[in-house]
Amino acid sequence: MALKSILAASALALMATTAQAGDVRIMWYSDGIEGEVFQDLINRFMKDNPGINVIVDNVAYSVIKEQLPVQLEAGNGPDIARVTAIKDLSKHWLDLRPLVADAKYWDENFGANADWMRPDGSNQISGFMTQLTLTGGFANKTLFEQAGVPLPGPKATWDDWAAAAKKVAASQQIPYPMAMDRSGHRITGPAISYGADYMGAGGKPAPLNEGAKTYFGKFIDWSKDGTMSKDVWVSAAGQSYRAAADDFINGQVAFYYAGSWQVPNFAKKIGNNFDWVATGSPCGPTACTGLPGGAALVAVKYTKNAKEVAKVMDYLARKDIVKEFSERTLFLPAHKGVIAEGVNFKSDSQLVKDALNTFVNATKTTSDLALKMPGWRWSDTMYGAVVTRVAQAVAGEMSAADAFSRIDSDVAEKVKASGL
Amino acid sequence: MGLADRPLRYLQKKTGIGGMAAFFLAPNMLIFGIFVLLPLVINLAYSVTGGSALFLDERTFVGADQYRQIFNCTNYLDPMSCQEDAFWTAVGNTFWFVVLQVSLMILVSLITALILNRELIGRSFWRAVFFFPVLLSPVVVGLIWRWILQRQGLLNSMLYPFGVEPYTWLTDRTFAFGAVVGVSIWAHMGFYTLILLAGLQAIPKDLYEAAEMDGTRPARIFWRITLPLLMPNLLVVIVLALIKAVQVFDEVFVLTGGGPGTSTLFLTQYIYETGFVSLPRNAGLAAAASILMGLVLVVLTLLQLGVGRKNENKGKRR
Repeated sequence: MALKSILAASALALMATTAQAGDVRIMWYSDGIEGEVFQDLINRFMKDNPGINVIVDNVAYSVIKEQLPVQLEAGNGPDIARVTAIKDLSKHWLDLRPLVADAKYWDENFGANADWMRPDGSNQISGFMTQLTLTGGFANKTLFEQAGVPLPGPKATWDDWAAAAKKVAASQQIPYPMAMDRSGHRITGPAISYGADYMGAGGKPAPLNEGAKTYFGKFIDWSKDGTMSKDVWVSAAGQSYRAAADDFINGQVAFYYAGSWQVPNFAKKIGNNFDWVATGSPCGPTACTGLPGGAALVAVKYTKNAKEVAKVMDYLARKDIVKEFSERTLFLPAHKGVIAEGVNFKSDSQLVKDALNTFVNATKTTSDLALKMPGWRWSDTMYGAVVTRVAQAVAGEMSAADAFSRIDSDVAEKVKASGL
Repeated sequence: MGLADRPLRYLQKKTGIGGMAAFFLAPNMLIFGIFVLLPLVINLAYSVTGGSALFLDERTFVGADQYRQIFNCTNYLDPMSCQEDAFWTAVGNTFWFVVLQVSLMILVSLITALILNRELIGRSFWRAVFFFPVLLSPVVVGLIWRWILQRQGLLNSMLYPFGVEPYTWLTDRTFAFGAVVGVSIWAHMGFYTLILLAGLQAIPKDLYEAAEMDGTRPARIFWRITLPLLMPNLLVVIVLALIKAVQVFDEVFVLTGGGPGTSTLFLTQYIYETGFVSLPRNAGLAAAASILMGLVLVVLTLLQLGVGRKNENKGKRR
């Protein structure tokens, strides 16, 4: 009798921890408050669809970046995931075209970015962008005002911003005039503004041109002379990501180059401590461009519950749901219909509304090359090589010239190793 | 008579002593095979295959290409002359880390053990204090010291009243390496102190009493009695510390992330970065690097076994 009870209890415990038919697991990461909003939307879905149990696994961004790809390569993973390495992993995404209720609706509203998340040459519907992002700058307006330094205007160059930020830092005795995230993606927008052209013949990576070298060289020099915070870029080796957001939030930086996804973070963490503004991307000789990107919600092809996954995706892609998600999270939507209708961001802060408008306006000056980068097969390879070698040059381990030749050889090696 | 006696007797009758040994060893060998031997073989297979796929049948055989890539250098003393410069930088960093960390840690552990072996007030408390960091997770160790050493950290706030401007200690290449060595010593010395303390307490007290009665100076007592009799423990400690130092990863990864530049990039982090972080991920190259690191660890383990055997023989002769 005791043995039977133990076996029954074990079976129950096993059932409780095993995914059931109809379960949909979503691997989700959050930059700010979007996890809470998302869970709320999912709860409503489950209430209306009692047969489908959606489990949201909230994980750190590093799990998405480092562990999810390994799971996918092994043919495992969640049913749906929120990812940023969209193109690089596209072979693992499920084609939702035959599964969604109205493929035409998806093409019309998410078609502009659909190519970012599908294998080259296919018409697959892999998912949709939960938000569009654009890299750009933020200025601590209060510090500028206290220093009596006017904020450079919309057409100001990187040199203008550097000169102004240095004056502010000297006057206000803050450690860093400027800071940029340790990210190959982040430094690429400014490099394109200086004429960088990463793409070579046949869509393969090209060696760094003069434009890229000029900006990277400038960035290295700024980091060494203290114009740009050196700390963020030397706080890791290899391709590890580091953000300088906390330095900006703590009032230690006059100008911070990150992107639109930081707006809700700043709204929450800076509060009324000081005034800040989004500035868009400073200009170089070629353009005044940031780099677009964002996070996509994609279905994973190894799911055992494809129909349920499609139903969840159809719900989350609905116009009213996308609109609500964008308005509550303060993210820029990627849904054509929502964009056309306009978004009423749920914030009382004028700073937030102005910042979001600045980013919306900045999309108008985004260069053609920058627009192509998210859908380019080799963008992450380029970003990885750039961040590794530029960081080494910033740390004083190699000269800028050596860093540039190493970037070229690293990328060539990776292309060769891929066999493509 | 135990419940298992009868079936075991029957088994022994049927299979003999050899069969019984195999029966008892089988579970252990099975677990060892699945969790140690099999991964080792798979790792070896990865190191001779290329591509980004994880399943071996989807990977292409490349022979010794990964190893050739690692050893493609014009001057092995200059990492920058190597195709895989990060690997050789990591090798160099690991070498210097092992030399500095092990020698300093043994010295500090020995001094601490000698002090804690004396009649101190609150001796148990002090022993606990030195052992406490060993109980901490390496991630916690890394975080604690990052909070101390960062620009807005404890160290700067303590130095500020003395007119020292805030400094980001971990972005200074020399200091960062020193900090990594120091933090690692702080985190692990308690364990080695404990082993040495056990060795010190095993030394017969009458030897010291006799030496004191003869009027021998303390330094001479240390060199002639303490050190020779502590040598077996000391050798074990050295080899264990060496193995641990070669594998250094977690606390350094949290503390400096391998930076500034690559000045605290060690072999394990190189393997992790190559296999899991760098895009495109190169599991083959990471596997080849880990095989080479494994060879170093095998040498150190053999050394440990040799030391253990030597001590055992000495014990028998005594």
